[in-house]
Amino acid sequence: MNETLTATHEARPMNEENGKTIFGFWIYLMTDLIMFAALFATYAVLHDNTFGGPGPEQLFDLNGVLFETLVLLTSSFTCGLAMLAARNGNKNQTMGWFIATFVLGTGFLALEAAEFVRLIASGSGPQASAFLSAFFTLVGTHGLHIMVGLLWMFVSLVQIKRKGLTPFVNSKLSRLALFWHFLDLVWIFIFTIVYLMGIAI
Amino acid sequence: MLKYAIGFILSVILTVAAYTLVLIHISSEHETISHPVLLAAILTLAVTQLVVQLIFFLHVGAGRGSGWKTLIFISTFVFVLLIVLGSIWIMNHLNYNMTPDQVSHYLQTQQGGF
Repeated sequence: MNETLTATHEARPMNEENGKTIFGFWIYLMTDLIMFAALFATYAVLHDNTFGGPGPEQLFDLNGVLFETLVLLTSSFTCGLAMLAARNGNKNQTMGWFIATFVLGTGFLALEAAEFVRLIASGSGPQASAFLSAFFTLVGTHGLHIMVGLLWMFVSLVQIKRKGLTPFVNSKLSRLALFWHFLDLVWIFIFTIVYLMGIAI
Repeated sequence: MLKYAIGFILSVILTVAAYTLVLIHISSEHETISHPVLLAAILTLAVTQLVVQLIFFLHVGAGRGSGWKTLIFISTFVFVLLIVLGSIWIMNHLNYNMTPDQVSHYLQTQQGGF
């Protein structure tokens, strides 16, 4: 029965670049961007409201943030390499690069979690001021997206191992890669507007 | 492969450039880079990196079949600008025009006062 099911699925080959599925996923990503825009707008309005407490210059570590950013950027690169390998049908290379992406993504998340813990422990949690509420919401939402992406990556790795690089699996991987690149795009602006502008301006 | 490598290297350069500008600004005794210049510079670097990643990682604008990607992205970007800039403008206006004195004065001149 398993063969019949997969055969029906693969009977409709999906062109990853231009199929309906990818189109739909792009639309979803754009709506996600709009949600982030609302969170950015909130942060922009509230970032000066520190309630007499510490502001971004006191709280953010420039070097740590640079390192975090480069880790995420590298994971976006390895994700791209994974998709190239998938397009070539190279199962082991695909898995290898996705594992690298997963490790880097987890590293990024760990660094971010460490920063959150440090802030909360020193009394600068999300309840401390409007600035901090907006900060934790914006950066935390991005972190949640990363977590979902990592879970998705893990499940995908299992699927590649069990089913191989079928068109169905490839289509899913294309969407996962899109999602992951998109998260790095959003991070460019978090890095610039929240951290760089917070520290310097 | 080459596309991803170029995109990656460009992105790293743009990231480190922005970081360096901020580092220079905060570690200098006198103001080497003025605030508006710094702001414009890092925002330009960010938008450039966005375009680089769109082209090299997300393949927007490459090839005949991907016109819809560019269109969707531009339309979304317009909404994003409206939401972000609109919110900043409105809240700034409210902040400027609605000090406690002005609010109570405004309420008093309305029918029934407060």
